[in-house]
Amino acid sequence: MQAFEYVRAQSTEQAVALLAEAGDQVRVLAGGTDLLPQLKEGRRKVALVVDIKFIPELNELCYDPDEGLWLGAAVPCYRIYSHPVVARAYPGLIDAASLIGGVQIQGRASLGGNLCNASPAADSIPALIVHSAVARIAGPTGRRAVPVEAFCTGPGRTVLGPGELLVALHLPPPRPGFGAAYLRFIPRNEMDIAVAGAGASVQLDDRGETIVAARVALGAVAPTPLYVQEAGAALVGRPVAEAAAAFAAAAELARAAAQPINDMRGTVAQRKHLSAVLTRRALERALARSQESLRGTAR
Amino acid sequence: MIAHKNQTLVRARINGEEVAFFCEPRQTLLEVLRDTLGLTGVKEGCGNGNCGACNVIMDGVLVNSCLVLAVEAEGRSITTVEGLAGPDGLHPLQQSFLEHAALQCGVCTPGFLVAAKALLDHNPHPTEHEVRYWLAGNLCRCTGYDKIVRAVLDAAEKMTA
Ligand SMILES: Cc1cc2nc3c(=O)[nH]c(=O)nc-3n(C[C@H](O)[C@H](O)[C@H](O)COP(=O)(O)OP(=O)(O)OC[C@H]3O[C@@H](n4cnc5c(N)ncnc54)[C@H](O)[C@@H]3O)c2cc1C
Ligand code: FES
Ligand code: FES
Repeated sequence: MQAFEYVRAQSTEQAVALLAEAGDQVRVLAGGTDLLPQLKEGRRKVALVVDIKFIPELNELCYDPDEGLWLGAAVPCYRIYSHPVVARAYPGLIDAASLIGGVQIQGRASLGGNLCNASPAADSIPALIVHSAVARIAGPTGRRAVPVEAFCTGPGRTVLGPGELLVALHLPPPRPGFGAAYLRFIPRNEMDIAVAGAGASVQLDDRGETIVAARVALGAVAPTPLYVQEAGAALVGRPVAEAAAAFAAAAELARAAAQPINDMRGTVAQRKHLSAVLTRRALERALARSQESLRGTAR
Repeated sequence: MIAHKNQTLVRARINGEEVAFFCEPRQTLLEVLRDTLGLTGVKEGCGNGNCGACNVIMDGVLVNSCLVLAVEAEGRSITTVEGLAGPDGLHPLQQSFLEHAALQCGVCTPGFLVAAKALLDHNPHPTEHEVRYWLAGNLCRCTGYDKIVRAVLDAAEKMTA
């Protein structure tokens, strides 16, 4: 690997100051599961690596039924799915966190890193979008918040400016009648990059009869993870009794929104097809979970 | 941490022993374990997180040492395959791998053993399904996996008997 300096940052302020000072020759290190392979292959040139794992607020995993979830940017996947309350409240997030790599990767990989690496196929991003997650950012001029659907601007590119650091992801608390799911298609059972992925969330009214809100997001079918607002909007006000027809229509909107490419993992036609099928299945699973949440049972 | 001509002094607990070593920030934990500390049981297969041959347990968590910087080991506790056997001989997993012929060339074996130990440490009674999913990040080009899975299940049974 190329030579660089390493600093273990102790606070967000220190990390931001180091990032601002070093310009484009600096990279943040969370779990390193994207960064280290990139450094080894020489795909990134760095003079300084700033390890953010030891900054307390970036390592916090904190759930409050009124405030929602504060997910520190450096918290590794295994801590997310090992947390029983979080696992129950954010099922779509758990779907994604438990299929990133194998256990060895999940021991290190953070969702902050998954988001900041900004791969079009990143598994956690559609899941974060359907959970209405907001990215909390710290920079030289202060703090700001950006919805996750607006965070990635292109393959490997994000809204983060010079000196800016992702501090945490904030997810609103789920109300009764909320459910979410994330599904991806890969040729094997584990350890592969999504050919296509879909996340969905459904909010039912208190009686479980009507869909009052829904969100759909796709992965690996556009230059960035894709929030398909129109697919969710089409479900608002639809009775649960007509869910099958409503989901089929939403799936068609997802197919239309997908702008995939042909590559070694899949073709345009296959990815368009998968966008529709995975959207329908993710909606079905999200609905089942929202009904379970109304019955007060665990997922 | 003390820096010294691009070299950083790192103190860690490796297989239960306090160890201090110098390394460069660009060196992986895998490199230092093998080349500086002589723990050559840790293998390099792919160097990019896909094969699991380099698996070690760091503060109770299974990781790929090829994707950890050696400087990150400061203050951490690390178990390699060399730390499995006790004074009385092989670890039950190692014994079980031998009895089930769960290895051929053996290059993947230390990674599988360490991964299996991490599994049994937190789930002493795994199902076959759980074993297979847990070991999905470890590649073996020789055995076809089945004997490895049997060996882990059998060791689990013996260890909890
Ligand atoms: C074998 C293997 C399998 C994988 N499987 C999957 C998979 O199934 N699905 C999937 O989506 N991904 C997968 N990945 C990719 C990777 O594991 C994930 O993207 C992971 O979530 C990255 O997190 P990390 O903490 O390791 O990030 P790092 O590698 O530490 O960082 C990733 C990038 O984000 C930047 N960064 C990190 N944190 C911040 C921050 N707080 N602020 C600003 N910038 C930051 C870093 O500088 C770097 O450029 C796999 C990788 C490997 C090696
Ligand atoms: S050498 Fe580390 S995973 Fe292959
Ligand atoms: S025994 Fe040869 S790779 Fe597993």
